[in-house]
Amino acid sequence: MKKKVLTVDDSRTIRNMLLVTLNNAGFETIQAEDGVEGLEVLEDANPDVIVTDINMPRLDGFGFIEGVRKNEKYRAIPILVLTTESDAEKKNRARQAGATGWIVKPFDPTKLIDAIERVTA
Amino acid sequence: MSYLAKNLTSGARELIAFRIGDQEFCVNIMSVREIRGWTPATPMPHAPSYVLGVINLRGAVLPIIDLSARLGMKPAEPTVRHVIIVTQVKSKIVGLLVEAVSDILTIRDEDIQPTPDMTSEFERTFARGVLAIEKRMICLIELEAVFPQTESEAA
Amino acid sequence: MDMNEIKEIFFQECEEQLAELESGLLRLNDGDRDPETVNAVFRAVHSIKGGAGAFALDDLVSFAHVFETTLDCVRSNKLEPTQDVLKVMLKSADVLADLTNVARDGGSVDQARSAQLIRELEALAKGEAPPAAEAPAPKAAAPKAASAPKPAPVAAAAAPNDEGFVPVAFSFDDFGGEEEAMIEHPAYEVVFKPKSELYTKGNEATLLLRDLSRLGEMSIHCNMDSLPPLDQMDPEAAYFSWKVSIRTDKGEDAIRSVFEFAEWDCELDVIAADAGEGADGETEELPMQPVPFDLSALDEEPHAPLGVVEEEEQIAAAQEAVTAAQTASNVVQMAANTSRAAAAEKGAAAAAAAQNNAQQASAAGQTIRVDLDRVDRLINLVGELVINQAMLSQSVIENDSNGVSSINMGLEELQQLTREIQDSVMAIRAQPVKPVFQRMARTVREIADITGKSVRLVTEGENTEVDKTVIDKLAEPLTHMIRNAVDHGLEMPEKRLAAGKSAEGTVKLTAKHRSGRIVIELSDDGAGINREKVRQKAIDNDLIAADANLSDEEIDNLIFHAGFSTADKVSDLSGRGVGMDVVKRSIQALGGRINISSKPGQGSVFTMSLPLTLAVLDGMVVTVAGQTLVVPLTAIVETLQPDAAAIHSFGATQRLISIRNSFCPLVDVGRILNFRATQANPVEGVALLVESEGGGQRALMVDAIQGQRQVVIKSLEANYTHVPGIAAATILGDGRVALILDVDAVVAASRGQPLNLETSLAAAG
Repeated sequence: MKKKVLTVDDSRTIRNMLLVTLNNAGFETIQAEDGVEGLEVLEDANPDVIVTDINMPRLDGFGFIEGVRKNEKYRAIPILVLTTESDAEKKNRARQAGATGWIVKPFDPTKLIDAIERVTA
Repeated sequence: MSYLAKNLTSGARELIAFRIGDQEFCVNIMSVREIRGWTPATPMPHAPSYVLGVINLRGAVLPIIDLSARLGMKPAEPTVRHVIIVTQVKSKIVGLLVEAVSDILTIRDEDIQPTPDMTSEFERTFARGVLAIEKRMICLIELEAVFPQTESEAA
Repeated sequence: MDMNEIKEIFFQECEEQLAELESGLLRLNDGDRDPETVNAVFRAVHSIKGGAGAFALDDLVSFAHVFETTLDCVRSNKLEPTQDVLKVMLKSADVLADLTNVARDGGSVDQARSAQLIRELEALAKGEAPPAAEAPAPKAAAPKAASAPKPAPVAAAAAPNDEGFVPVAFSFDDFGGEEEAMIEHPAYEVVFKPKSELYTKGNEATLLLRDLSRLGEMSIHCNMDSLPPLDQMDPEAAYFSWKVSIRTDKGEDAIRSVFEFAEWDCELDVIAADAGEGADGETEELPMQPVPFDLSALDEEPHAPLGVVEEEEQIAAAQEAVTAAQTASNVVQMAANTSRAAAAEKGAAAAAAAQNNAQQASAAGQTIRVDLDRVDRLINLVGELVINQAMLSQSVIENDSNGVSSINMGLEELQQLTREIQDSVMAIRAQPVKPVFQRMARTVREIADITGKSVRLVTEGENTEVDKTVIDKLAEPLTHMIRNAVDHGLEMPEKRLAAGKSAEGTVKLTAKHRSGRIVIELSDDGAGINREKVRQKAIDNDLIAADANLSDEEIDNLIFHAGFSTADKVSDLSGRGVGMDVVKRSIQALGGRINISSKPGQGSVFTMSLPLTLAVLDGMVVTVAGQTLVVPLTAIVETLQPDAAAIHSFGATQRLISIRNSFCPLVDVGRILNFRATQANPVEGVALLVESEGGGQRALMVDAIQGQRQVVIKSLEANYTHVPGIAAATILGDGRVALILDVDAVVAASRGQPLNLETSLAAAG
């Protein structure tokens, strides 16, 4: 069975990069454009791992993570956050919201896949 | 298939020959999109006299050139027996009014003789060469020169 | 999809983000203090930076980073977005746009300008006034994003949280452990005690241990001492800790980085042990219960119990505990304790709010992106459908003289449907004029900078929609007019103050729909047209006779004449070798009209009226000298049946028609188009009263009116050339081509004015 990854990012560029990278690595990829959509598709997507951006319209990454963690079924799902450089403040807030780990942008395919492998069995 | 191969290897080409009055002319078949009967054209204001007007060709507006007048001969009086040769040069499509299509010729490049050394405007502008076929003389037309928009550039 | 396609997407997205950025900044400039506006602006820059990073567009990343940092200060209320701050930001948005263009199309940017803006942005972030242009010696033009100094206020705020999150370089490259077998690598003792938070954040001790095992040979001991009796156990709590002895050449940092994600949610000790001892952990004083730990099982069967405990009575408890440790991946339904219940309630409320947002957003309209070629193909096909439907109707009418058959009724419905399909398809191409208006904001800023004038651009009706082709072709004439308005229209600040106006000039750009057309107005509150100067210039250039008697309106419209320029010195700005005549011609090429009205001392208003689409038009079908022509309905004011008494000869050839006590020149369309040699008798025809672009009226004489209908516009230029007096062609119900009259050109020709019509006429005659 392919592992399912839900990606949440408002940038079309990043969404496409994630899609290509994850599909090439043999993941099944479901994509949402912001936190609200991410929560909406969560049940249907039934992902094994989530990769989310922080800065998004409507509902940002922090809110999205909190939303996922409040869902009985997904409260323990691994969530990786896409962050830039070493933005400590953001990483900290993401962790408080319940993020499992982070991927520093600009990500390269290896880093992304490694991080996912790291948090999934 | 064998025909195509022959075409490619021996430098042979196909031409469509047609009649205007008692003269025969031809153009490269590759430039011909279709041949259709005459339908009345909508006249264009301020057009050169050889432009008969425009017709509707499946949604496209197609100018019709009276080739006889264009070549400096007597203007045609179109009848239902006249035909329009729809030709294309680059992106433009133009219909040429002629009396009748007479032949499809397969020739080789060396069959084309240079136009006899004459100084008339017509020879220099429109004729690319002449062919002698079964005692007939057929003049190969330079299509691009016939098209109306190239006229101003040539002039 | 390959990287190049994604890059293409990135640049498309950049354009959208830049538009978003600019409109957001302009809203802030207008006093909008909605946090979401600031957020949207921040996100736009952030998005561009993120994508640019992925394509290693370093210049773009560097600039976006500095910009983003300053915007973050605004976002966190550390920097007040004053007009001065926004001025820097708007300029920065322009530079960001330039950098994006350069990244896509090559070329170079104004390095000095971007370096200056980087300094200004950094100064703002530090809470200083922007440095003057000549200030610090230029440092490296584009500092690397990562090394760009963090602005003090932000750094200070972030400091308490900083520790522990310094990014650690590490590599997953060599997971294979084969090569280590022969060499004695340094040994480490790792004590790892997860807190329950570790599991609630989706981390798993087992996975961390698996990763650790990839660093080298190791043995694991599980300490289960804190495991409570079963009835007191919280299935979500963490009770185990592990002691791992590992030999690795990767170093302590590599070990710590395995726990990078879990660092906060566990106790972690990494001690370099003596190579001799420590490997089996027996000298350790910690009361560890050794538990054989089968890691290989993990790879095959992730949910298998982790450990097998020898003592029988412990097995059940251990398995229970291990399961608890695994709640991270196994879904365990359980009664929530009170605090969790409260949290869940809050979550439900948040989710409901999110749901609301989502609904609002979908009410605002969902969109899909479609290739323009597909839309155009659809539009062409619908055009064919309209023609075919008309042809079918016509032939049915001709063959069914009683005209009441059911076929007829069916045809009427078909006609209705066809029309609706056509309208809907046309609407697909309709887009708001907003992007063009936004581009004008930049033009205004630039020219205001160069001329030293203070200008405010006000826009209205940005969401007015018009066909994309019209929008695309509108930018150029509009840019020129805006330059003109600022350069020639507005006065210098001192002069404005002296005239009792505010120092800041206003240029207003509005769009609205009016009777099936889009009307765009560009007004300024400048000095207005200097009619004396324009008149003199026209006389000097032989455009008018020295004693010509012209109305104010006619003088104003002289500026649209070819080669006319009122600037005393040739201005590099509005000039650029392009006159208002070119503007007028590009508007006309779009089937539009342009007018100017000006009040001395109060400014000028340019009014452009353009068709909403270039694909169809409502026309009046008329007969002229046996030919069928279409006259755009928008041009026609009224139709008249002239009687002999109303026709007056004027001069040698001119005739006037009297309409309600005023005289209007008669224009014989058949004569102008050279369809006939002599003038027709007006009494035998119909007069179409048209409004020409100069504002004056003309009566176009045609032989008869056939009716009104919508026609699909077909290009004459595609296979032929432009024909003076003819705007385009169309195909009527009988399948024949009809020509669409260019009313303005015909009126102009009747004045004996421009167009090469005169020469054509002379040649033809």
